[in-house]
Amino acid sequence: MDMKTLLGSRKISRQGLARRMLGIGTAVLLGSLAAGCDSGDKKGLTVGFSQIGSESGWRAAETKLARQGAEQRGITLKFSDAQQRQENQIKAVRSFIAQGVDAILLAPVVSSGWDEVLGEAKAANIPVILLDRQIDTPNVDLYLTAVTSDTIEEGRVAGRWLAGKVQGRDCRIVEIQGTVGASLVANRKKGFEEAIATAPNLHLVRTQSGEFTRAKGKEVMEGFLKAEAPGSICAVYAHNDDMMIGAIQAIKEAGLKPGTDILTVSIDGVPDIFKAMADGDANATVELAPDMAPRAYDILLAYRKDHAPPPKWVQTPSKLYEPDTAAAEYARRKDLY
Amino acid sequence: MAVTPPPVVLAARGLTRQYPGVRALDGVDLTLRAGEIHALLGENGAGKSTLINLLTGAQPRDGGTITVDGVAIDPDGPGGAVKAGIAAVYQEITLLPNLSVAQNLYLGREPTRWGLVHRSRMNREGGALLRRFGLAIDASRPLSDFSTAVQQLIAIARAVDLSAKVLILDEPTASLDTAEVQTLFTLLRVLRDQGLAIVFVTHFLDQVYALTDRITVLRNGRLVGERRTADLPRLDLVAMMLGKTPTAESHLSRRPAAAIPAGAPLVRAEGLGRRRLVGAFDAALHAGAVLGAAGLLGSGRTETALLLFGVETADQGQLLVDGKAVTLRSPRDAIRLGFGFCPEDRKLDGIVAGLSIRENIVLALQAKRGWWRRLSTAQQHELADRYIKLLDIRTPDAEKPIQLLSGGNQQKALLARWLATEPRLLILDEPTRGIDVGAHAEIVRLLEDLRDRGMALYVISSEIEEVAAYSDRVLVMRDRAPAGLLEGDSITPAAIVNAIAADHHTQGAA
Amino acid sequence: MSAFILIRLKAARPQLALLVLALLVNVFVAPGFLDLRLQDGRLFGGLIDILNRGAPVMLLAVGMAPVIATRGIDLSVGVIMAISGAVAAAGVNAGLAWPLAILAALATGLVCGLWNGLLVAVFRLQPIVATLILMVAGRGIAQLITEGRILTFTEPHLIAVAGATLAALPLPVVLALAAAGLTGLLVRTTALGLFVEAVGTNPRSSRLAGVHTSLVLGAVYVWSGLMAALAGLIATADIKGADANNAGLWLELDAILAVVIGGTSLYGGRFSIGRSVLGALVLQAMRTAILRAGLPPELNLVLMALVVAAVLTQQSPAFRPLAQSLLARFKNKEAQA
Repeated sequence: MDMKTLLGSRKISRQGLARRMLGIGTAVLLGSLAAGCDSGDKKGLTVGFSQIGSESGWRAAETKLARQGAEQRGITLKFSDAQQRQENQIKAVRSFIAQGVDAILLAPVVSSGWDEVLGEAKAANIPVILLDRQIDTPNVDLYLTAVTSDTIEEGRVAGRWLAGKVQGRDCRIVEIQGTVGASLVANRKKGFEEAIATAPNLHLVRTQSGEFTRAKGKEVMEGFLKAEAPGSICAVYAHNDDMMIGAIQAIKEAGLKPGTDILTVSIDGVPDIFKAMADGDANATVELAPDMAPRAYDILLAYRKDHAPPPKWVQTPSKLYEPDTAAAEYARRKDLY
Repeated sequence: MAVTPPPVVLAARGLTRQYPGVRALDGVDLTLRAGEIHALLGENGAGKSTLINLLTGAQPRDGGTITVDGVAIDPDGPGGAVKAGIAAVYQEITLLPNLSVAQNLYLGREPTRWGLVHRSRMNREGGALLRRFGLAIDASRPLSDFSTAVQQLIAIARAVDLSAKVLILDEPTASLDTAEVQTLFTLLRVLRDQGLAIVFVTHFLDQVYALTDRITVLRNGRLVGERRTADLPRLDLVAMMLGKTPTAESHLSRRPAAAIPAGAPLVRAEGLGRRRLVGAFDAALHAGAVLGAAGLLGSGRTETALLLFGVETADQGQLLVDGKAVTLRSPRDAIRLGFGFCPEDRKLDGIVAGLSIRENIVLALQAKRGWWRRLSTAQQHELADRYIKLLDIRTPDAEKPIQLLSGGNQQKALLARWLATEPRLLILDEPTRGIDVGAHAEIVRLLEDLRDRGMALYVISSEIEEVAAYSDRVLVMRDRAPAGLLEGDSITPAAIVNAIAADHHTQGAA
Repeated sequence: MSAFILIRLKAARPQLALLVLALLVNVFVAPGFLDLRLQDGRLFGGLIDILNRGAPVMLLAVGMAPVIATRGIDLSVGVIMAISGAVAAAGVNAGLAWPLAILAALATGLVCGLWNGLLVAVFRLQPIVATLILMVAGRGIAQLITEGRILTFTEPHLIAVAGATLAALPLPVVLALAAAGLTGLLVRTTALGLFVEAVGTNPRSSRLAGVHTSLVLGAVYVWSGLMAALAGLIATADIKGADANNAGLWLELDAILAVVIGGTSLYGGRFSIGRSVLGALVLQAMRTAILRAGLPPELNLVLMALVVAAVLTQQSPAFRPLAQSLLARFKNKEAQA
């Protein structure tokens, strides 16, 4: 998952401002486009999708897959970019209700404050599916289901892979966390620690925040390499691929071979990490699948057919990729992001 | 005018206010009668502001009594004065521009309903109140929508509505044009006829005679006297303000007329002026000669300097330098022509406090040379030390921050700043203001020396005798317009005072 | 000349003391910190790391010091870093020759600075508002250039901006020191320094003395923009990619802090390029120490804030008398008891 979007951090609010200034024109344009393709397919479904924004490659890929998936299934998609603002999302949901869509997809920018507008959707009998993040509400009936990844599981998958990879060897691990304070960061850390706790030969020796960025990831890794005795770091775990790409550069500049001298495992599955794996610089990444909207469409279609409510939480698979498939995966993804 | 004297509304007796080292107000009396407009006049430092502050309770008094309708009052804070019926409107309007007119009118005393502001009633009553003052405007609009003049009227309406016995107006006409002044006067006359006592502070003598019934003059914190306007000739009024009897002879000797250089002037202003700043004036500045400018505070004397130095750009008339017409758009244009300017407010416009004496002295020359041709540190030290010695600036060394110098030494440093540029014309606005007696004489001597070395000088001063002593010609300003030009032997303090005091009909007779 | 330098060193005593203190903490955390070794013609060691990592903020501080001396502030430098980096990366990826790409990036910084300068000097906007405009809109501009992705590039010369070695030092260090030297020379061997300080202290008097105040104001913002563009090039080259979302994020605050630690008042007036650079190094040394101490990352920001608060209160003119009177009162109480 794209972490930056998960944080209710100051970073986002500022980018939100920036996007808002630039995005007014875009929003108007999108609005008119949405209105323009109103009654396209008479018998197909019409679905409204309130997206957070387009602040990163992952988010852009999620949007792209949402459009492609809709087309493949004959669904008319009404798309709204919220420019990182909850009030825009609330407006979008209300407008979807007013237009009488068949279902609403919502990637919530924050976790609270949705009860009222989701109540309105429920009153209008329009099912809502949450994408990529959960919300806080005492009334889970307000939405049909939430399609998100299991962020603890992501950490576990990374940890289990590492345990298997080093076998019984002693291994000193360093961790590059995301931005301090996000629940996502706590979860990815927790899952990883759970997985390596079962192997007494794995030791997490250092952890530092790389703030989800390449530059900080590189700086933090440089610090680790300096602070630890030469050759004593056996593996690095990063909460996202971007920080790992920075860390890989730091390892190279220290005269070591990433992927060989120091094992790497990170999360997200962005194209650049596949490229690094194909080049032999990285060992593994746990994919945060961007195809959440197509999954939601399938759940929706099934629900409309047999009216059996889906489970409240549909977890996307946390699939781990290794260098063997990296070249192919890179080719598949590079145009999506 | 009045057959039986109207009742006294406010009587202040022996008001005194002491600041550290200076007695700002010293036993001053003021008597205001119902239904009169009372001018309060005086030059800088006369004590007008202090008197107003004591009456409104903005400052505590150190001595004296104030009675309103025979009852002693103690205007501790502004609220106390308002309760006693005294309200003031200042030149800088103290209302809130982003609030509506009605909100301003009723600020702090809004009509309420069920504990909430009753906005519609407030707007209705505000509109009605303003109509009584001859203003038909929508009171719900923001104050900033209206001109300064209208805002001034609104401020008066609020003040009168608050407490309707004594209204103090501090330079209400300073930023109004002629028509707006007339509107204000009409309103003030109506208020007078309703029995209000109005204190009117102004620098415009014509307005004093056009509007007021009685005059109180202060000078240096003391009461000079109270007169009926109709009984006080202008000349006597100016003499009261300046503290000079018009017949006094100068004790300084002026150089003989033969010594004054004749010929084409270096700089000639022909009908130079700018709307709302200063009316068209003529001036000729000769090398080796001093043009003095006299006039009361606010007469437009400083504004002439602003136009001559390009601080403000003229919108009428022309300026000729060496016979060629020039347009000054900024001080840099003037400096390029060889002008220099020591402004009236040394702290705000003169020194760069925080920088050293050396840096302050070299600043203008360096600016003239441009940023890429820096005066070397050695050159800077040489320049600074030379002028410190030449002008006898009292400081241990040139690296001390300039704000540590006394007023007189700061003035000398500013003079040094311009002398370093070797100017052809030096404009000095009140060069001796706030300077002790010894430094005072030194600066006058310096000016005479510069004149003798062929520099053209334009000296603005409120020291009439000084101006009369060292000027070869004197431009007299009054009410933001020229009031006469004195030359040669006709320059006497008496003639200057006469010209300042003359009303429009006798103008030019000097 | 040597006496001149001695005077300057004397003025920089507080900053030097702080730097020594921060370095001592580093030594305490990592005993081999001060070791320098020459390897393959390049110096390695903790000091070099601090210089290298601190180079972008050093550059920003060099540009920011004159701005603050004019009683201004430039909030847009972080964003200018992102834009110029994006321009360089997009340039080489579009096939532009590397010298042209670098020139384009620097020109972008100049244009951004010109825009700020125009708003401040000609349109008389308050600097904080004027530069806020670019700060808010600029990330969006950078994102438009990178299309929301991290623009990775492989152009070796562009990468060399951060990776090459010159005179045994990493190129960013050489660039930052050279820029500081050039700026110092520019302001002290021309009259610009005097004009900047005069305008910052009393703009009215300066104008009446013939100083071209609007030109001086405009020039400092243009210079700040150029320095930011150079910093952006280094940051981008460092991670071999232009990260529009994160490049230079919050670094404007670091730069302002560095200048303030360098003894320049936010009320304008006296300034020193050298001391501002020392201020930037103090910040970087503190950050390195915290990073290497292996403390939980949650503590980083808190520690940093505490140290900065302590440094700045110590500089405050109100603090010393206050401290003395508190101390006196405390002693009195003790005596009474």
